[in-house]
Amino acid sequence: MAAFIGLFRRDLRLALRQGGDTGLVLGFFVLTVVLFPLGVGPEPAVLQRIGAGIVWVAALLAALLSLDRLFEADYQDGGLDLLALSSLPLELAVLAKCLAHWVATGLPLALISPFLALLVDLEPAAIPLLCSSLLIGTPALSLIGSVAAALTLGARRQGVILSILVLPIYIPPLVFGAGAVEAGVVGAGARPYLLILGALSLAALAFCPWASAAGLRQALE
Amino acid sequence: MAEDLACRRGERLVFAGVSFRLSVGGALLLTGPNGSGKTSLLRLLATLIAPAAGRLLWGTMQVDADIASYRAALHYIGHQDGVKPGLTPRETLDFWAALRGHGAGRRPLLLDEALGTFALETVADWPCRWLSAGQRRRLALARLVASPASIWLLDEPTSALDHDSQLRLEHAIAGHRASGGLVVVASHTPIALPAAELISLEAFAPLPDHDAAG
Repeated sequence: MAAFIGLFRRDLRLALRQGGDTGLVLGFFVLTVVLFPLGVGPEPAVLQRIGAGIVWVAALLAALLSLDRLFEADYQDGGLDLLALSSLPLELAVLAKCLAHWVATGLPLALISPFLALLVDLEPAAIPLLCSSLLIGTPALSLIGSVAAALTLGARRQGVILSILVLPIYIPPLVFGAGAVEAGVVGAGARPYLLILGALSLAALAFCPWASAAGLRQALE
Repeated sequence: MAEDLACRRGERLVFAGVSFRLSVGGALLLTGPNGSGKTSLLRLLATLIAPAAGRLLWGTMQVDADIASYRAALHYIGHQDGVKPGLTPRETLDFWAALRGHGAGRRPLLLDEALGTFALETVADWPCRWLSAGQRRRLALARLVASPASIWLLDEPTSALDHDSQLRLEHAIAGHRASGGLVVVASHTPIALPAAELISLEAFAPLPDHDAAG
C-alpha cells in the first residue's frame, strides 16, 4: 500500500511540478472550446445546442494530449524495469499511474468546465450536469487511454498511433456524457445517462489495469 | 545458481550454455565485446526476460517457483539511471525504497547513508535535471544502499564515473560482499573485484550453423 501511494504521489508531483502537464492540458482545453464560438458564430441558439458536445470533445482531446507520456518517460529512463521488479504488482502500478493522471488532468478539466459552459452559453441548470458528467466520465478516459499507451509503448510516432487507437473507444463516454447534459436541458432526466457513464468508468476500472499491465510486460520483453 | 542458460532475442540466439555458481560473498564479472549478451544475461538474471533454455536457482529453489521473493532480494542497475529530471535525488531514492516495500521508519536513515556513500549530500535537494551524467549514475547506484538487497546486478556501473566515484563504488561492493551479498557486474572497463569469477560471453556465442538451425 505504501508503494501504491508512493507511486501515485510521485507521478502527481511530477505532473504538477513540471508544470507542463496539467497546465498544457487545461490551456489546450480552454483554447479548443474558445475556438468554437469563433468558428460557428456567436448565435446563442446554435451554441446552446452544441455546447455540451463541444466541451466533451475538447475534454477528450485534452486528456489524449498527455496520455503518450503516461508510461513513455518511465520506459525511456529505465524506471519501468524497476517498477516491474518492485514489490508492487504491475496492475496496481498502472492503477496508481492512472489515478495520478486523472487527478492531474481529468479532475481539473471537470472543475473548470463550469466557466467554459458560460462561454458556450449553456443553460445555468445544465452546468452542474456538465461538471458531474465530466467527473464521472473522465476516469474512464484515463483508464482506457492507459491501455493504448501501454500497447503503443516504444512505437515511432506514438502520439498519432495512440490517438487513432483510442479515439474510437472514447465514443461511448462521449455519447453518454454529452447526452446527459442534453437530456437535462430538455428535461428528460439525466440520471440514466450518468449511471451508464458511471458503469463505463467502473468497467474500465475493472478491465484496463490488467490489459495495460499485459501491454507493459510485452514492451519490457 | 545458474545452469545452462541460453538467451534468444528475436530470431537471434545470443548465447547458449552459460552456467555459473555463486556462493555467499561471491562476485561474477561478465566481459565480452559489444553485442555479446552482457546486458541480456543481466536482464535474464533480473527476471526481466525469460531464458530460452536452462534454469535459474536461488539457493536450492527454482526462481520461477517464488519469483516475488527473488525479485525482492535483487537490485538491478541497468544502463539507464531511472532518474526523473523533476525530482530531487532525495525524493528519487525515497520513492524507489518505498516501492521496494521498505517502511517509512528506517528509510530516512538508509537514505542519508546512501547519499553519503556516493557523495551526493551537497546535491541531495537539487532537481535532478541539474545533475551531471556521473552524478545521475551515482544516484542510480545509491539505490543499492537505500534499500538493502542481497543480489546486485550491475550493468556497466562505472560508465560516466570519475576515478574517485569508482573507488567509492568498489568500496561499496566490497562491503556488500563482506556482509554476504552477491554481485554480478558487466563491464568492459577494469573494475576491482577481488576473487571474482570471470565469464567472457564471447566463448558462449552459438556456432554459425547452430544459429541458422535455431
